Amino acid sequence: MFEQQIINGLTLGSVYALIALGYTMVYGIIQLINFAHGEIYMIGAFTGVMMVTVLGQGFFGSIIGAMIVCIILGVLLERTAYRPLRKSTRLAALISAIGASIFLQNAMLLWKGPQPVGFPQVINDAIYHIGSIEITKIQLIILVTSAVLMALLNYIVKYVKIGKAMRAASQDYDTASLMGININSVISFTFALGSALAAAGGVLVGMYFNSVAPLMGVMAGLKAFCAAVLGGIGSIPGAMLGGIFLGVAETMGVAAGLSTYKDAIAFTLLIIVLLFKPTGLLGKPIQRKV
Amino acid sequence: MLLEIKDLHVSYGAIRALSGISFNINKGEIVALIGANGAGKSTTLRTISGLIKPAKGSIFYKGMELTKLPPHKIVEAGISQVPEGRRVFPDMTVMENLEMGAYTRKDKAEIKESLKSVFKRFPRLEERKCQLAGTLSGGEQQMLAMGRALMARPDVMLLDEPSMGLAPMLVKEIFNIIKDINQTGTTILLVEQNAHMALSISDRAYVLETGNIVLSGRADELAHNEQVRKAYLGED
Ligand SMILES: Nc1ncnc2c1ncn2[C@@H]1O[C@H](COP(=O)(O)OP(=O)(O)OP(=O)(O)O)[C@@H](O)[C@H]1O
Ligand SMILES: [Mg+2]
Repeated sequence: MFEQQIINGLTLGSVYALIALGYTMVYGIIQLINFAHGEIYMIGAFTGVMMVTVLGQGFFGSIIGAMIVCIILGVLLERTAYRPLRKSTRLAALISAIGASIFLQNAMLLWKGPQPVGFPQVINDAIYHIGSIEITKIQLIILVTSAVLMALLNYIVKYVKIGKAMRAASQDYDTASLMGININSVISFTFALGSALAAAGGVLVGMYFNSVAPLMGVMAGLKAFCAAVLGGIGSIPGAMLGGIFLGVAETMGVAAGLSTYKDAIAFTLLIIVLLFKPTGLLGKPIQRKV
Repeated sequence: MLLEIKDLHVSYGAIRALSGISFNINKGEIVALIGANGAGKSTTLRTISGLIKPAKGSIFYKGMELTKLPPHKIVEAGISQVPEGRRVFPDMTVMENLEMGAYTRKDKAEIKESLKSVFKRFPRLEERKCQLAGTLSGGEQQMLAMGRALMARPDVMLLDEPSMGLAPMLVKEIFNIIKDINQTGTTILLVEQNAHMALSISDRAYVLETGNIVLSGRADELAHNEQVRKAYLGED
């Protein structure tokens, strides 16, 4: 059923969007593909599990705890792996990002082992019916939480002082410094925002699929990265659109019998879109220079 | 002396841009820094603002050594720059650009006052406050860049070629505004290739040639100096 697949696709897509936002914001400000972003998402999911099992928290405690841990982790990651290389070539930072990603994966493998861990049930499996569509409680929660977080992000970037500084810095570093903006703080803030969203995504996915594993960030990160590029890397609305688009397309593809090729759908779509619009759906034509 | 530059050496890798320049600015003055393309004028301003760190030399301002401070601290200390080529934030509105100018300030009520006075000085900006800065004309962008610098309520304003690419009528208007800004108590360091206009509104001037100061003195005297007339005023 078409409508049903749309709901399933939106659920998956809104999580892709949450992760994609981190890629796009970081790229917007330091032109770096933060390859360790998928690992932040994975650690967010694990933190979510531990918030429940160790600290006895419910849904909110789990998600807030994961966000806090990942904010700290994301900010530390930037300080240690990227900031010292800011004045070197882009390739150096990219290699450092890949290194950080491998490091975090293996650290978690060492600590938690390769087996997936179940996510303890904090949300009952109620099902709601809207006409002919079935929507589970966890789907509803994913949709609502993602929508709230994205609205909040939009508000911060549009109206809050530090959010505006983020936009200014992503347009012109030097001039932003001339306004009295502390570029380092703005970059830290960007990593904090992106990591918080990824953490929320990790917890939501962990609850949805009832499974969390040290390598879960690899494919999810790659797809979210595709979503960010598809939407136009550097563009916040682009990442939201790209994520949703990918999630819906993937779900539709599976429903149409392509489940063997599930993971290939994202990459195929990416190639097709880039062929026709090399800057992505909402990407700017070419960086303007005054 | 409000700003004192001492033996400043700046290089970009192997390229030497400033080879030991010294000059100073007194409170309330308009000082012009003139020179040909590539003389090192923008480099001087960028170094004062902290965007470039010098290889050697110092910059003193109100008892502080600016070369040790990051750019945002220098803005906080009271030095604003209107950079070469305006450099407005193209994807932000006029209003947002102006807000960025006041980034280091926390006094909401007084920021509103500053905004009012910027709009009074540049009524066109108020008419276009919701427009994206990238869609403004060159002249309007220059006004915005100046208004944005004024929003910081600076003690010293560094202007890098404000007349670049503007029609003669507008150049005159911009220079009048600079003079007026100075009269309301802002000290000004003006970088220009348009030496004629710059000297006409300045108190003093320095002539920069390939990284060295080769002449200095009162602006009206320099305007009559044989060397300056030949090299920078296009007279023979
Ligand atoms: N980012 C840079 N990298 C390398 N060299 C640079 C850089 N910026 C400036 N230079 C060099 O330093 C010298 C001084 O440049 P600067 O921009 O200060 O000149 P200017 O006097 O402002 O010239 P103009 O009037 O053309 O703006 C020039 O030789 C220039 O090529
Ligand atoms: Mg210049």
